[in-house]
Amino acid sequence: MQPPMYVSPQQQMEDRADFARAGIRRGQPVVFASTTQGIVSLTHNASQSLFKLSEIYDRISWGAVGRYNEFEALRQAGIRYTDTRGYAYERSDVTARGLANMYARTLGELFISGTKPFEVEIAVAEVAAAPEDDRLYQITFDGTLLEHHGLLVLGGNAQDLHHQLQEALPPTARELDATVSIIREQLGTTGSHVELAILDRDPQALRGSHRAFRRLDPQTF
Amino acid sequence: MEASFVAHLQQQHPELMPRHVESRPDLMEATTITALKFSDGVVMVGDRRATIGNRIASSHMEKVFAADSHSLVGVAGVAGIAIDMARLFAVELEHYEKLEGTQLSLLGKANRLAALVRGHLGHAMQGISAVPLFAGVTPGTRDAKIFSYDITGGRFEERNWQSIGSGSPYALTTLKRLWSPEATSHEAIEASLQALIDAADADAGTAGPDPVRELYPVVYVVTGDGVNKIAESVIADLVIGLEGKH
Repeated sequence: MQPPMYVSPQQQMEDRADFARAGIRRGQPVVFASTTQGIVSLTHNASQSLFKLSEIYDRISWGAVGRYNEFEALRQAGIRYTDTRGYAYERSDVTARGLANMYARTLGELFISGTKPFEVEIAVAEVAAAPEDDRLYQITFDGTLLEHHGLLVLGGNAQDLHHQLQEALPPTARELDATVSIIREQLGTTGSHVELAILDRDPQALRGSHRAFRRLDPQTF
Repeated sequence: MEASFVAHLQQQHPELMPRHVESRPDLMEATTITALKFSDGVVMVGDRRATIGNRIASSHMEKVFAADSHSLVGVAGVAGIAIDMARLFAVELEHYEKLEGTQLSLLGKANRLAALVRGHLGHAMQGISAVPLFAGVTPGTRDAKIFSYDITGGRFEERNWQSIGSGSPYALTTLKRLWSPEATSHEAIEASLQALIDAADADAGTAGPDPVRELYPVVYVVTGDGVNKIAESVIADLVIGLEGKH
């Protein structure tokens, strides 16, 4: 019997990373940006019912690129995690940081010991009372957890797009309408094939609800 | 039960589910809750009193809650179980909505609540029981429904009014007398407050409005446009207007 071919651990990790990156690169980018009205998130999406942006908890939203079945499983895990924490402790004890750590742990473990790494990248956003206190986390396929300030881009060609958006968007005091149209311009998305959502900064005052997440109609912009 | 928060808790975190108690100690109890239909929806009102035996344990307890954007739940019975049931039910509905991307149907919500009540049958057989009253509107059709429950989880749709709790027999006669299919929400709130005052007159476990300490019943209205909690100042004015009517 022939012994299995030796592959060094470094090579194994590199192969896995290349495999995951290739899957993610194909995905349409997802953009999160802080504005004075709240955190807006936007992506190209041809479907009206299969979403890439979602509500997770009162002040926390979520976005993903990659394979649908894999990130949908992570979205559901996130909702179970936050609902359980909020029920066991208090609603205000649920934070994006805790959720992002859970995702980082899960993706990190899957990257090392799963039969194949997840081909996904996840964003977690938490809206605060002021834009400078907003939290934006990115979790990559290998469990790396990154924090961003004011702007977060996931998916294909993210670095270039991040750079372009940083140039095009004002650094502070961004208005919702202007921010959405600048992002759409840079992404080159037209028509109704856009998924658009916002985490309102003060949902209690706006519509008497503790839930900040709201889907917006892209046609109105 | 993919999208059920309760099923998730039972499997993954059974320690967070309400527990059985061996013998029946003195427990805090509540209430009179009323639900009354009007032309556009349902008004639900609950008094603020909780008792332990013949002692008043609380005069400012809230027993009516918004379960989600288009439904209300009021609870009567042992307070600890009742309040937990309402809180768990609200998380259950929101959990489903977030996982599935759509709200449960009104009947679906009523059935989930029945399952929660059924889970407490062991308690109830030991005399530690709590039952809810549920009311809601289907946003699309604006169709309003009221459901009552028994301790076995039996779910019963009511036609136009219902009341639960120790003061309910007295409240029911007033609701029946004042109900009208064309009533506005204002008239339905007035009628519900009168029913509650009648219950408080006859039942030691129910408190009426207390203008001296500014303690008023909790009043919620649900219509096709959603749930709305009525401000205490509005209720205070309505109570003054009711003087001499009962």
